[in-house]
Amino acid sequence: MMRFWPFVAFVVLAAFLYIGLGLNPHEIPSPLINKPAPAFTLPQLYSPAKQFSSQDMKGQVWLLNVWASWCVSCREEHPVLMALSQQNIVPIYGLDYKDKNADGEAWLREGGDPYTLVATDANGRVGIDYGVYGVPETYVIDKQGVIRYKQIGAITHESLQQKILPLVAELQAK
Amino acid sequence: MKYLLILLISLLPAFSYAGQAKDMAEDPVLEQRMVNLAQNLRCLVCQNESLASSRADLAKDLRQEVREKMKQGMTDQQIIDFLVSKYGDFVLFDPPMKRYTILLWYGPFALLLMGLAGLVYQLRKRKNAAPEVQLSAEEAQRAAALLNEPKDPQT
Repeated sequence: MMRFWPFVAFVVLAAFLYIGLGLNPHEIPSPLINKPAPAFTLPQLYSPAKQFSSQDMKGQVWLLNVWASWCVSCREEHPVLMALSQQNIVPIYGLDYKDKNADGEAWLREGGDPYTLVATDANGRVGIDYGVYGVPETYVIDKQGVIRYKQIGAITHESLQQKILPLVAELQAK
Repeated sequence: MKYLLILLISLLPAFSYAGQAKDMAEDPVLEQRMVNLAQNLRCLVCQNESLASSRADLAKDLRQEVREKMKQGMTDQQIIDFLVSKYGDFVLFDPPMKRYTILLWYGPFALLLMGLAGLVYQLRKRKNAAPEVQLSAEEAQRAAALLNEPKDPQT
């Protein structure tokens, strides 16, 4: 019996390492889940004189997608957002994070604009409030203005179908 | 000409240093306080670097945030609490004791105890397992002869 111990220890260690390989160290659980979304008022991308306030969104379920023209993964995510916006299920609001207005506008002209509205966070202050650390990030915010889910990194068809859309449907039904 | 080139090259590090020192300019006391605090905070982009040493854009912004909060008179603990409320315990290099960090804090001691227990168990077993050798009369005689052999005078 005793001589099996090293083997047992090896299997346990291997199991831990295997699970560790599957974890993504860049996905840090956000402490903001189930907390009220930090309120912000920011200028709009297309007409900087106008403001967008997160308070205006009370009463509906919405997605806040943090993106930037300099962000590489955002290109990957873009077609998914375009497809989603055409389905008219949930409004997508963009937060152009630490970007120049001209660059952001050019980027949307080139790839299409999936957003109901885009606000600009030029100095990244609101990003810090939302705990943004890697663009793109997407928040699902409910009718009471509470963050229900945070997608870190690009939204994929998979995460959309499995996580985001079912959650949106559930929150809209409430 | 060659010497001039060498001189110029040896001056290069001075220029790169000037770039780093830029942040320090305004208020050295506050800056030192910020650096002390930021050394214990983790940069979320390049995760094994501290907020103080990282060159990531976000780290730069967060250092600025920390400076401004210090200027507003917030204590170090209040600033840490703010960052934790936004980014979670992950920003702390020194993770707090919580239900889900028990394994992290006590795991090594548990492993040490398990190792010691295993060692004690093995040693006990070995002692008990040492065979009691039965000597025949002939062997006993030989052993006695060897043990009682007079010592070699030369040694």
